[in-house]
Amino acid sequence: MANGRYFVAPPSPWPVVTALGLALLLAGFGLLLHGGSLVPSILGAIVLLLAVQRWFAAVIRENQAGLYDAQVNRSFRLGMAWFIFSEVMLFGALFGALFYVRELAVPWLGGEGAKGAAHLLWPHFVNHWPLLEMPRSSDFDVPNAAMGPVGIPAINTAVLLSSALTVTLAHWGLKRKARRALAGWLLVTILLGVTFVVLQLHEYAHAYRELGLTLHSGIYGSTFYLLTGFHGLHVSLGVIMLSVILGRALKGHFTPTEHFGFEAVSWYWHFVDVIWLGLYLFVYWW
Amino acid sequence: MSEATIIPIKGRNKAVRGWRRWLFTTDHKEIGTLYLLFSLSMFFAGGILAMLIRAELFQPGLQLMQPLFYNSLVTMHGLTMIFLAIMPALVGLANWQIPLMIGAPDMALPRVNNWSFWLLPFAALLLWSGFLMPQGAPNAGWTFYAPLSTTYGPPSIDFMIFAIHIMGISSVMGAINIIVTILNLRAPGMKLIDMPLFVWTWLITAFLLVLAMPVLAGVATMALFDRHFGTSFFAAAGGGDPLLFQHIFWFFGHPEVYIMILPAFGVISEIIPTFSRKPLFGRTSMIYAVSAIAFMSVIVWAHHMFAVGLPVTAQLFFMYTTMLIAVPTGIKVFNWTATLWRGSLTFEAPMLWALSFIFLFTVGGLSGLMLADVPADYQYHDTYFVVAHIHYVLVTGSLFGIIAAVYYWLPKWTGHRYNERLAQWHFWLSAISVNLTFFPMHFAGLAGMPRRIPDYALQFADFNAISSIGGIAFGLSQLLFLWLIIQTLRGGEPAGARPWEGAHGLEWTLPSPLPHHTFTTPPSAETVHAEGPHAHG
Amino acid sequence: MDGKGVTLVGLWVPVVASAAQEEPFGLNMHYGVTAAAHQVYQLHMLVFWVCAVIGAGVFAVMSWSLLRHRRSRGAQAARFAGNTRLEIVWTVIPALILIAIAVPATSVLLAINALPTPDLTVDVHGSQWRWHYSYTGHELAFFSNLDSASREASRLGATRFPSDVSYYLRDVDNPLVLPVGKHVRLRLTSDDVIHSWWVPALGFKRDALPGYVNEADIVIERPGLYRGQCAELCGAGHGFMPIVVQAVSAEEFQSWLAQRKQAQAAERSAAAAPWSMAVAMAEGKKVFDSICAACHQADGKGIPGAFPPLDGSAVVNGPLQAHLRFVIHGSPRNPVMRPFGKELDDRQLAALLTYERNGWSNHTGDLVTPQQVEAAR
Repeated sequence: MANGRYFVAPPSPWPVVTALGLALLLAGFGLLLHGGSLVPSILGAIVLLLAVQRWFAAVIRENQAGLYDAQVNRSFRLGMAWFIFSEVMLFGALFGALFYVRELAVPWLGGEGAKGAAHLLWPHFVNHWPLLEMPRSSDFDVPNAAMGPVGIPAINTAVLLSSALTVTLAHWGLKRKARRALAGWLLVTILLGVTFVVLQLHEYAHAYRELGLTLHSGIYGSTFYLLTGFHGLHVSLGVIMLSVILGRALKGHFTPTEHFGFEAVSWYWHFVDVIWLGLYLFVYWW
Repeated sequence: MSEATIIPIKGRNKAVRGWRRWLFTTDHKEIGTLYLLFSLSMFFAGGILAMLIRAELFQPGLQLMQPLFYNSLVTMHGLTMIFLAIMPALVGLANWQIPLMIGAPDMALPRVNNWSFWLLPFAALLLWSGFLMPQGAPNAGWTFYAPLSTTYGPPSIDFMIFAIHIMGISSVMGAINIIVTILNLRAPGMKLIDMPLFVWTWLITAFLLVLAMPVLAGVATMALFDRHFGTSFFAAAGGGDPLLFQHIFWFFGHPEVYIMILPAFGVISEIIPTFSRKPLFGRTSMIYAVSAIAFMSVIVWAHHMFAVGLPVTAQLFFMYTTMLIAVPTGIKVFNWTATLWRGSLTFEAPMLWALSFIFLFTVGGLSGLMLADVPADYQYHDTYFVVAHIHYVLVTGSLFGIIAAVYYWLPKWTGHRYNERLAQWHFWLSAISVNLTFFPMHFAGLAGMPRRIPDYALQFADFNAISSIGGIAFGLSQLLFLWLIIQTLRGGEPAGARPWEGAHGLEWTLPSPLPHHTFTTPPSAETVHAEGPHAHG
Repeated sequence: MDGKGVTLVGLWVPVVASAAQEEPFGLNMHYGVTAAAHQVYQLHMLVFWVCAVIGAGVFAVMSWSLLRHRRSRGAQAARFAGNTRLEIVWTVIPALILIAIAVPATSVLLAINALPTPDLTVDVHGSQWRWHYSYTGHELAFFSNLDSASREASRLGATRFPSDVSYYLRDVDNPLVLPVGKHVRLRLTSDDVIHSWWVPALGFKRDALPGYVNEADIVIERPGLYRGQCAELCGAGHGFMPIVVQAVSAEEFQSWLAQRKQAQAAERSAAAAPWSMAVAMAEGKKVFDSICAACHQADGKGIPGAFPPLDGSAVVNGPLQAHLRFVIHGSPRNPVMRPFGKELDDRQLAALLTYERNGWSNHTGDLVTPQQVEAAR
């Protein structure tokens, strides 16, 4: 409930500059796709990063100045929770695509199910997953093996699950005012996150070089890279956020009761973790 | 005013002046104004595209443009009107009104609010830049079905995809802000169930936005990957399916339809009681009906795809769920009608627009029920019957709701009464021409005219000529609206705090024009109660 | 000519209505010529009347309020804000009406989607921007293109008026001929983007999806010409790919089939004739009109900004090998110019290229031979 003390941010140049940076980045990327120069997108990325940095710096400054009360905090919490919900929906669309092709489209192309007449066009195609033969393999990079659940993916599962544990240990440290435990466990979490990303990149290199599994390997390669790639991007973003939080923790920004910045990042980290479990189950195992 | 309340004021008093004021603003009223002015300009931009379409269709044969340019017009008209005119206008109304109606000092996240707005002009630039590109603006329809938009799309499609991403971020951030404001910043004593209907409908709309927009971003990204990075989401040769695009697109697209209409429902639910001088009939059932519509909107998407050859069980499922939506929609119309019943009606401009909304949205709703009937839809689908339907729900629905809202709240925003005589002219010219434009399209569709064609067989000529005359007249009538707004901004009879004597709600307890900061102290519980849902009784 | 449709057109188009023919002017859905179409029509009328009655009821109550409950007539506002019984009634009754609509809709839907054993199967391929029909088991297949008169009159800046063209935009060079009273199975697919095959008189439209097959069963009741067109946005030529179904008696169908096969055989034996400029030009024109004219236009002038002209084109008048590569393998940049090597044989391609290189104002003098095409593949 409003109590008259609600902090309303003063005018700020950073949102509009952030918008400019984002637009420049994307427009530059569009130009790049059609043979344009790299300059606009790099410029856009720099503007975007600087503006976001200034924006967050202002928020942290206001917070440290004690301008935020419990109600402002609640706004931030609700905002973050709904933002994560929007991310869930994004992954929902990607998972939905995977379920659709696996359960409907590929069986139809193989002659099974209600729309199996499609098989007339692809008489040699057999419904199987992962797809090692496409309906028209000659147009694609045909992989010699699918990505299995053992090896790197299993290790990565362990890495991410333990990072969920370490971020919680950091949280406990924060609540106990044990700053060393907080910083230490945060650092471990970051290292685990970095390990995950490095292993994932290694796995991609392996898939491209040895398995011949590429973005151009039909719907299996498409769904595999889009789902794991988007997740990997989110992990990378999470690592950056954790690093910022580590810096703030070292500066003593958090108290056992007031540490929304930390909580927001840890929610995000747990969200990334849960998405990975879904990936491991449906992309690697199923 | 307690000492602590100085905090927001202090920050605000250093408000920047000049052009930077509008770029940097964190004030919900200024951002609301930006949204509304931006959407007004986009409404005219999209309108010019519509005029060009109607000019080409005035008679058979190609007179003005090549077919591909016609396809670009159709595509850009749809994208502009939906993402840059209707949606920003609704968010603009939310920005102005929600804090005023719930007694909040501002939106919960003011800088995010500024960001949400300023993303839009950049998205518009990206989207419209296509007209300057080698193969022209996007031309695969606003639904950009694959593979027409992927393998066969012009380069501008990439910029359209990025524009969609930016507009999506803008919408999601705007929606989160609205949800948080409503859940966290209500005046003491205002229970959720007692919130004004406009706030309720926006809460549910915002939920749908957070749910649907990321899905659009997902499908647009897949299209981008199919275009440039060798994936085959929508290509059967690699095991994908062009229908996958449509499923994901419409999973976004159908909630999107309700995103555009629910806030208009809210506006109408504010206006009808005011000018009937009677409380809204069945207030609680209205809220349940809106919630039910929102819930069902995510399980009806494939009714846009009845002609694609879905398995029969899927066709049956989506037919039943779609028909079911008619029940809560009917409840809303019945409730409005019952609100009018034995009221004490007057017919100022907001009321006229609201009444025509009920009449004409009902026409669009009923043709929607016809479209739900799958075997009949095999005939209606992708014809002008559908074009008529969507324009009855989006023009005489959403747009009329927005115009009604502007007339209703303009005195509050500017402090001046608008010119009622001119507003009545604006209404009657628009109401007649809009029907002249869209009603004949029902017949053209039933007679067999497909949509999105630049030229047509002779038996459709009469319908199209009438539609074109109506369309141009409707477009020109809107210049009156523009003039009226300018006139009201510049001056006029003082409006007073409560220009409509039948109006209730916290916004009317404030002076007109509104001071720069409102509800620096929250309204008292007594005020909240007095202006609440039981005010009329 | 049915006059109603063009009376108004006559006012705007400064042309005396000529003998051009068009389909009858209609305000309502086609009753159609199949049982399915009749059922669809009846469903349409049922739901239309339900909507009309509901609409009239709501509008009547509203109008009564608007007239009688105005403040200017001294109306005092009542105070009521709800009535549980009424609200239950207007929830339950619409639900019952919906069930009443859904029941027949379900049975019609199931009937339309049933696929009994067909007497004849036709494969329908949509492509940018023409239809291709193939009678399975009969070794008969052909393209169906927009007729040339419509194509000419539909160009930007055309001197010919649409009102002078019979069945403007609704006529084709080769209609789909089907027997009446027989179960015909259509198997629809597409070679490029999504198209939609729609003849209103047959009571349905169905998308032609690239890489997938949709099936439909039709039994036409009586002979006649039934017209429709593509219903799904498919690019620049979307408005210009009509469909004409010519329904004939079973006997006529058999003799038509025999005739077409004979004609096809005659063409094939003509193909054995010695290769000469005259033969190549004649055959090439046929191929061009049915395949290439949709984009490049019969006069070879193309459409500025969309389709390049062939008349005077650098490719067509340039080295033969480059020209051959372009037509056989398609454009590396523009997917609309697809690899025609897949759908045309050596002889057709040789004739086509000869025609292009010597037609209109092009005078390379090249007689392209099937052997040259084979070598270039």
